[in-house]
Amino acid sequence: MLNYVSKRVLIGILTLLAASIVVFIVLEIVPGDPVRLMLGINATEDAVQALQQQMGLDQPLLTRYFSWIGGLLTGDFGKSYTYSVPVLNLITERIAVSLPLALISLFLSTIIAIPVGLFSASRRGTLADSGTMGIAQIGVAIPNFWFALLLVYVFAVSLRLVPAGGFPGWNAGLWAGFKSLILPSIALGLPQAAILARVTRSALLDVLGEDYIRTARAKGLTRRKVLYRHALRNALIPILTILGLQFAFLLAGTIIIENVFYLPGLGRLVFQAITQRDLIVVEGVVMLLVATVILVNLLVDLSYALVDPRLRGRS
Amino acid sequence: MSLLEIKGLKLRIGAFEALKGINLSVKSGEIRALVGESGSGKSMTALSIMQLLPGGAKTQGQILFDGVDLLTTSEADMCRSRGNDIGMVFQEPMTALNPVKTIGEQVAEGIRLHTGASRAAAEEQTRAILDRVGLPTAQFPLSRYPHELSGGQRQRVVIAIACALKPRLLIADEPTTALDVVLQAQILDLLQSLVHEERMGLLLISHDLAVVADVAHSITVLRHGEVMDNGETTQILTEQTHPYTRQLAQASMHVPERTSHHSGQATTNGPLLAIRSLSRTYPGRRKGFFGRDGDFKAVDDVSFDIKPGQSTALVGRSGCGKSTLARMVLALEKPTGGQIHFAGRRIDKLSQEDLRPVRRNMQVVFQDPYGSFNPRHKADRLISEPLFLLDRDIPEAERRDRVHRALERVGIPRTDKDKYPHEFSGGQRQRLAIARAIITEPKLIVADEPVSALDVSIRAQILDLFADLNDRLGVAYLFITHDLAVARAITDTVMVMSDGKIMERGKTEEILRHPQSEAGRALVSASPDLHKALARRIGEQG
Amino acid sequence: MSPEWQGNISKAFSNRSFVIGLTITVLLALMAALSLVWTPYAVGSFDILGKLKPPSAAHWLGTDHFGRDILSMIMVGSRNSIAVAFVSVVIGAGVGVPLGLWAAARGGMIDEALMRFNDLVFAFPALLSAVMITAVFGPGAINAIIAIGIFNIPVFARVARGAALSLWPREYVLAARASGKGSARITVEHILPNMMNLLVVQGTIQFSLGILAEAGLSYVGLGSQPPMPSWGRMLFEAQTMIGMAPHMALYPGLAIVITVLGLNLLGDGLRDILDPKMRRERS
Repeated sequence: MLNYVSKRVLIGILTLLAASIVVFIVLEIVPGDPVRLMLGINATEDAVQALQQQMGLDQPLLTRYFSWIGGLLTGDFGKSYTYSVPVLNLITERIAVSLPLALISLFLSTIIAIPVGLFSASRRGTLADSGTMGIAQIGVAIPNFWFALLLVYVFAVSLRLVPAGGFPGWNAGLWAGFKSLILPSIALGLPQAAILARVTRSALLDVLGEDYIRTARAKGLTRRKVLYRHALRNALIPILTILGLQFAFLLAGTIIIENVFYLPGLGRLVFQAITQRDLIVVEGVVMLLVATVILVNLLVDLSYALVDPRLRGRS
Repeated sequence: MSLLEIKGLKLRIGAFEALKGINLSVKSGEIRALVGESGSGKSMTALSIMQLLPGGAKTQGQILFDGVDLLTTSEADMCRSRGNDIGMVFQEPMTALNPVKTIGEQVAEGIRLHTGASRAAAEEQTRAILDRVGLPTAQFPLSRYPHELSGGQRQRVVIAIACALKPRLLIADEPTTALDVVLQAQILDLLQSLVHEERMGLLLISHDLAVVADVAHSITVLRHGEVMDNGETTQILTEQTHPYTRQLAQASMHVPERTSHHSGQATTNGPLLAIRSLSRTYPGRRKGFFGRDGDFKAVDDVSFDIKPGQSTALVGRSGCGKSTLARMVLALEKPTGGQIHFAGRRIDKLSQEDLRPVRRNMQVVFQDPYGSFNPRHKADRLISEPLFLLDRDIPEAERRDRVHRALERVGIPRTDKDKYPHEFSGGQRQRLAIARAIITEPKLIVADEPVSALDVSIRAQILDLFADLNDRLGVAYLFITHDLAVARAITDTVMVMSDGKIMERGKTEEILRHPQSEAGRALVSASPDLHKALARRIGEQG
Repeated sequence: MSPEWQGNISKAFSNRSFVIGLTITVLLALMAALSLVWTPYAVGSFDILGKLKPPSAAHWLGTDHFGRDILSMIMVGSRNSIAVAFVSVVIGAGVGVPLGLWAAARGGMIDEALMRFNDLVFAFPALLSAVMITAVFGPGAINAIIAIGIFNIPVFARVARGAALSLWPREYVLAARASGKGSARITVEHILPNMMNLLVVQGTIQFSLGILAEAGLSYVGLGSQPPMPSWGRMLFEAQTMIGMAPHMALYPGLAIVITVLGLNLLGDGLRDILDPKMRRERS
């Protein structure tokens, strides 16, 4: 077990390191002088020099990279040029919106998709199956931000059941905060659920064609018992794989959806930073999101070992 | 009354009529063999009894089990019978077990389901049955996963699952086809003794008469969904009144006629192939960052010669290293030690470019007639592939001539050269594979289990072809096989391989009659042999 | 024409997903082509008086906040979506497939290196790449192409590698090696042709994902810029008008859904027709 786990963890760390180099190169080296890019052509020489010094641009590249990485590890993401506050403060403030949104959507899509996939797979070829999968097929094609617009139109503009957007802040109470995340979570979660339901169904059908399913049936298990006791666990690997990939899309989706609902999350932060050319903020947010994707993929890899004894190796 | 009585069973899958009204019976304590070539409907018969047919299958007739017609039994009642009254063992032990559940769970599952036994009681029973099938819990704890067991051990687990509740009828669908002959003999032995102990009825399905001749009390021969022949084993096999039974029996014992043996022909020229202390070692599996398992010696210090025109068999159980050896001879894999000389030249260190003239004289035929061809190329292009090895580009006319000649030699009409592989039958494809191998007129053909995927009657024809080419072209063979019948049929000398080493070698007839090594004796005594089985049966009956 | 294809064509037209998907895709391509020479209205023509009009005989899908004809903009916008998605598939397949084939042919360290490279690229969803590129170079349609294209590379590399790894041990490949053919030649003659099915299906899937990703990027302003109409941008502009002119949001969205649905159906159909698992000859 240690073999597989330690290899995965090592790979995760190395990937993270490589990703940090990519981010550093794109945002600090490619622009040539990031300060001039940030301040524009009309900036005064004094301002330029001051910022250059603050960012440590007079240092050699390697030193800059290591002090940046060292900062990230100790929670020092640098200081935002536009807000003049530490980037970490900005991020923690915004992540209180983005993270719950992503998690609620993930939860929503999983608890919808897996039962639907099981339902469809156990009724393969019936009207119920083709109906469900037809809806899922359409669901997959719906862009989440457009779905969000439709939800806003129906539930906020026409029915006035929920606010059309904005976020009162968690200080206004848990329920108030949660309420403003309902529509965004649905908009994000449902199209994801459609994808996951299709994957679940096809993974189950693949497994149901295996020889050991026939062995289980020959033992006297009913179709239903075979589905739950033998097929589901074996189908988990492809399902987990997609779930991991989905999380990356979900993060991207969160960033986009926040724009529909005017939610003050990481997405809004990063787009404002782009317009204001605040590269330090962009760098911090991108690095955080990349690290999250890598971490989630690592967790998925590790969960394979729980599902599949073959990966654990000889104990 | 018979335990199982099938009356006029018809089965239709879509437009295909798989079974055309078959009759079959199995009594308690009886081993009934159901024999037929691929497509005869024998597996479909088994699945009909279990009521586990693929969707869209329509049955007609009666399958009486203990007087109750299974075709009209409800699914819920069938679930109560399966694994309880009727057990089933499948062909492919590698895939028949759920990879994510322990063997203990998988055996206990059926026990708990049918008897409602407590976890502890079921575990006790599981231990007992696993012990009975030869997997004592001391060596094979219940917590083992299937991937930690070998093929033969997995088949024992499958048998344990099927026999855990001592069913009255056991169905075994080609239970030994995926195993080597030694394991085959062990598994058949096990099934035989289980059936005897519990007075079960056993329906033993096989494609090979020789396999069942030893164990079955009675035989039903099936062809294209119809019963050809039916009766008591000794009688059926000695009298062979039905022409199809005769055909099967003869094919199973077939020895091609070989006019001249080339073995001593060219002694003056020295050996064609000379192997000296050849080894192939695989590094052990990594354990953690530092440790490693011990290295695995697939081929261990092997030396032998093959003379021009000589036909040599390399026999051994699965995993003994014979295929690795073949690949090294073919320069598809690099040895880790030793030397290979071909036609007087050392070849194991040559570059791909320098190997070309060697490869021209050394071709290959594989086991699987389906996997040996790129499905997107026509026969013409497929069999001329080795012409790539010639030093010069040959004109189209000459290429066509060579293709025609090769096709003619293997008995395929020229007009078929524009067909794609899937348009040929299995036997024809193996002919094509041979055509491809002889197109450069090589001196040596390495054949890795070239007939083991074929039905017996086709197998006999392909063996004839090999023998004929050996006679006519003087090509030498290295036959890799686990099947002694193949070795007996067309080779002059035999080498017995075990654990990466050659245990003994000598004239085929002598080795097969008086094997000296333990590995050789195990193979010979385990090999299904129709003659021997019949002789024994007749002797028993006096 | 290979027999497989002859057989497939008749099978294709009895496959409902394929027929519907192909029809939608062809109609879409025709619409994009038509927009090159004709649209009901010029997309640059503003008509402030006729703004935010719901669908009518004159403007089938209504007008936007500048009085532009929405149908005309959807038609022209389709070109943008198709171009971005297509070029990113070409980038992904063009780089990814050779990488995957190479890794599978060589194995060992090169294979390991490719897998780690894949891990790295997978850590950058298209949106994050686009964010970085835009932050440095400013917005533009080309950013979307690069970002989506980069993300496609490991997808194709993985598909090609996996398929190649399963083909290399095949006996016909061994026979080709015994015929003295090198790995490059075998890859071209035996490996690549036998995975084309998979690549075509994956290409269709990535194409439809590309349409969705492009819409998302241009919606948040990281994709094509005005005045070039794009479906995502139209939805962004519709957002503030959602109360007054819901049709502005409805039709561009429907255009995306129908396009993606068509491509997905086409991909599903192709997979059913070409999937080797379903056409196993042996059983």
